[in-house]
Amino acid sequence: MFVGTALTSQETLNLVSRIEVHIAAHRDIPGALLPLLHAIQDDIGWVPEACYLPISKALALSVAEVHGVVTFYHHFRRHPVGRHVLQICRAESCQAMGSEKLEAHIKSSLGIDYHETTKDGAITLAPVYCLGNCACSPAVMLDDEVHGRMDAEKVAELIGEARA
Amino acid sequence: MIKVYVPRDSSALSLGADRTAKAIAAEAQKRGIAIELIRNGSRGLFWLEPFVEVATSSGRVAYAPVQAKDVMSLFDADFLKGGAHALNLGLTEELTWLKKQQRLTFARVGITDPVSLADYLAHDGYKGLKNALNLTAAEIVKAVTDSGLRGRGGAAFPTGIKWNTVLNAPAEQKYIVCNADEGDSGTYSDRMIMEDDPFVLIEGMTIAGVAVGATIGYIYLRSEYPHALKVLNEAIARAEQAGYLGEKICGSAHTFNLEVRRAAGAYICGEETSLLESLEGKRGQVRFKPPLPAIEGLFGKPTVVNNVISLATVPIILDKGAQHYADYGMGRSRGTLPIQLAGNIKHGGLVELAFGATLRELLYDFGGGSASGKPIRAVQVGGPLGAFLPERQFDTPLDYEAFSDIWAVLGHGGIVAFDDTVDMAKMARYAFEFCAIESCGKCTPCRIGSTRGAEVIDKIIAGADTVKNIKLVRDLSDTMLNGSLCALGGMTPYPVLSAINHFPEDFEVKQQKAAI
Repeated sequence: MFVGTALTSQETLNLVSRIEVHIAAHRDIPGALLPLLHAIQDDIGWVPEACYLPISKALALSVAEVHGVVTFYHHFRRHPVGRHVLQICRAESCQAMGSEKLEAHIKSSLGIDYHETTKDGAITLAPVYCLGNCACSPAVMLDDEVHGRMDAEKVAELIGEARA
Repeated sequence: MIKVYVPRDSSALSLGADRTAKAIAAEAQKRGIAIELIRNGSRGLFWLEPFVEVATSSGRVAYAPVQAKDVMSLFDADFLKGGAHALNLGLTEELTWLKKQQRLTFARVGITDPVSLADYLAHDGYKGLKNALNLTAAEIVKAVTDSGLRGRGGAAFPTGIKWNTVLNAPAEQKYIVCNADEGDSGTYSDRMIMEDDPFVLIEGMTIAGVAVGATIGYIYLRSEYPHALKVLNEAIARAEQAGYLGEKICGSAHTFNLEVRRAAGAYICGEETSLLESLEGKRGQVRFKPPLPAIEGLFGKPTVVNNVISLATVPIILDKGAQHYADYGMGRSRGTLPIQLAGNIKHGGLVELAFGATLRELLYDFGGGSASGKPIRAVQVGGPLGAFLPERQFDTPLDYEAFSDIWAVLGHGGIVAFDDTVDMAKMARYAFEFCAIESCGKCTPCRIGSTRGAEVIDKIIAGADTVKNIKLVRDLSDTMLNGSLCALGGMTPYPVLSAINHFPEDFEVKQQKAAI
């Protein structure tokens, strides 16, 4: 995991060599860009700008086009994240079950807003619009696991486990 | 060996099903009892998850909800033989909530092991494809047309007509694209099919491929569904191994290859042309129509784009016949609709019924009223672009035309209930805000209108010139309704105006408060 936004030249070099592996694996499939960006984010945790140029060359796109795609989709992150990502559902079903209060509580207890990471690097907070768990609202997602019927206490427990 | 079922559906997991399963396995081992633990799909009674079942000689007995801490007492009560316990609900098949349903698309969901092909075949799986392989392409398309199946993603366009256009479009390569970008709040039926009965979707897409002459299929799956991704990939691999996918499927002359592609968190990619752009590796911007995707779709080739539920309903139509399916329903809404009860509801879950049941039956007979115990004040049907309905409209039957008559939409069949603490001015603001966040930016009414709309609602909430500003919202909504390129901008006025029309007090009260 690469923490901190400013990368040293060595870090950039390491990143680019890692990215080349994914480019080689994806460059020949139809509509390669999204699967490739997913592979990079799955591996590195985010999509560094340093990969735009090698991707654009491999897929015969302009750097602007790659940038345009990365920034269009909410899923792709342009900055490093903490060890865990906590997504809070903001959609209507969860609102009907008090997600706004829960959202405010989580933000204040972690001392961060959306798209920010706690000082200890443990948790990055992100909004999400529906997790498909609408019969068990309010819902949150910690990394790849959904948790339903959440309240302040249960979320605190989840965060505690994640930090341990 | 005694069979014990603990669901692997992600809603069940979100309530602790994995911990329950582990506890059952550990306790059985500790007591030296051999059990077969099956991770089935969910029956859809989500207020009762984790919903554990034990196979007995008289049928499957349900114990629910079972948390890990309950497991020891279940063993003490001899639950493996269906023993009495506070959590014993009796035979699953006898539960009123399930008995009252008409499960066609969801016939196997919750019953089988989702990734077991043998289980799928033992429960009528691949009968539809077998029949389809004995028909001509035109006969398959006719069966789908005659069944009356309409697009379950929300637009309700007749599926057979779409297929017929692709069938008659000459091209060397055609595609089947499954729209699994289920982004509407209050909906989860696509997720359930993919996690709990993935083979039915695979079979439906294969039949579509055989029917229109497409050899490649893509499932465009939202990134928020990692469990569905895992299950689909596992099921696809097993179908390939068994000759149900790939070259010469089931010994026929047909080829059909299927791949899951992950979306990336853009709501707009549920719109079919924006989905196709995304699959091509571009920004998910909406395309002008025409040309229709059926003529020029993915990579410029004729493409069937159907929702998960539409495709997953095809196998039963080809198995039991078009008439069997068309016999359910009312008016021009034929067959069944998998309805999803969500939000502030006591008994939330999946209810598949023939079209025609009323909202009131769903909310009270199935839903049991609100979760909070307060009166249900409003429901939003059809996702974030659906209208809010007040109590006086709860007798509307679930039917595409009946909803259209009251300026509402059935959409993907999601029903989100709100109790009397809901602030409809805030909900109207949220509708604009959501549209602003998710707009692809291609057309002005949606891109600019959504942001301006949120600003004007803010003024109304602050009590500034309410009458004038409500008129402004109506004017803006008119522009968005008539001037937007797709349903995102074009339907955001549904929640906004229905909130204003049916709950004017939430907008007026603010004005009075401000006046004091």
